[in-house]
Amino acid sequence: MEQVRLIEIKEEVLSDNREVASEVRHRLEANKVFMLNLMASPGAGKTSLILQTIKGLKDTFRIGVIEGDIASTVDAEKVSREGIPAVQLRTGGFCHLDAPMIQQALNEMDLAILNFVIIENVGNLVCPAEFDTGATKRAMILSVPEGDDKPLKYPLMFSVCDVLVINKIDYLPDSDFDMKAFRKRVHQLNRAMTIFEISCRTGEGIAPWLQWLETQIRSIRP
Amino acid sequence: MHELAVTESILNIVLKHAESNGVAKVVGINLRIGELSDLQNKWIQRYFDYLSKGTLADGAILKIERTPIVFQCQSCHREFHGSFGPGKDVSCPKCGSTSVTLIGGREYFIKNIEVL
Repeated sequence: MEQVRLIEIKEEVLSDNREVASEVRHRLEANKVFMLNLMASPGAGKTSLILQTIKGLKDTFRIGVIEGDIASTVDAEKVSREGIPAVQLRTGGFCHLDAPMIQQALNEMDLAILNFVIIENVGNLVCPAEFDTGATKRAMILSVPEGDDKPLKYPLMFSVCDVLVINKIDYLPDSDFDMKAFRKRVHQLNRAMTIFEISCRTGEGIAPWLQWLETQIRSIRP
Repeated sequence: MHELAVTESILNIVLKHAESNGVAKVVGINLRIGELSDLQNKWIQRYFDYLSKGTLADGAILKIERTPIVFQCQSCHREFHGSFGPGKDVSCPKCGSTSVTLIGGREYFIKNIEVL
């Protein structure tokens, strides 16, 4: 019987993706572009938030959008109607975007003239959390109707993001969403999480969100 | 569903090391994965069996050690293991404080491979 021997590897499982993510990050830095990876469940308001963001910032910054929504061009069309360059990634049945996909999408954009790129990730609170896309910051949306218990069900997503947008706060009066308990759960997972409460429908709370983005973009291109 | 992408990454790393060490066959792979990951052991093995067909790692068994989710209490600094689930809020087992911070449970690591 042949003898089994051990070979030490000690490597991170997603090290390939991480390497490409770091190339993406260097590329963004070289072009002074701020890139935001936006993640959420389907229906939480990713497209609405992107449209509100474009409306608020398009006169100040040059914006591009990478659309990762599965096999649909509807979102890219909505964005293009605003006069913003949008790259549609056809991910087929893929459940997340990874760094090589973003690298490819950036090849189709003129980074030299852009200040701000938004990635609309695939609608899902599980898989996108695992993959670094090379974005400067990671953001997530949680909408009020989804419930205040979501940090307990999707802890990884809440732990990897830099910023959380609570959307559809206009639903709060009719719901049992406990904002205080929710915020506590989020900060247990991620003490550094920046939180915004907004309603894309009424426009409430959009201004501080835009201001945060403006600060981020300007910190890269003073 | 991202098990497929993760499994592919595991296979690539394993084959790279197997080839550079000139091994005949990989029979086992020891992984360390944090409890915060949603990966299901059964599915990783199933995808692995599918992806590794005809390679040096065909038939290798994945042995997954799960590392616990670790919190630290902000009041008394005690470190403790936690878990998540609906209706389960986290508090310090020593002082009862709910000011706690997540400090571990996201590992994703290939420790070693067993080869012939």
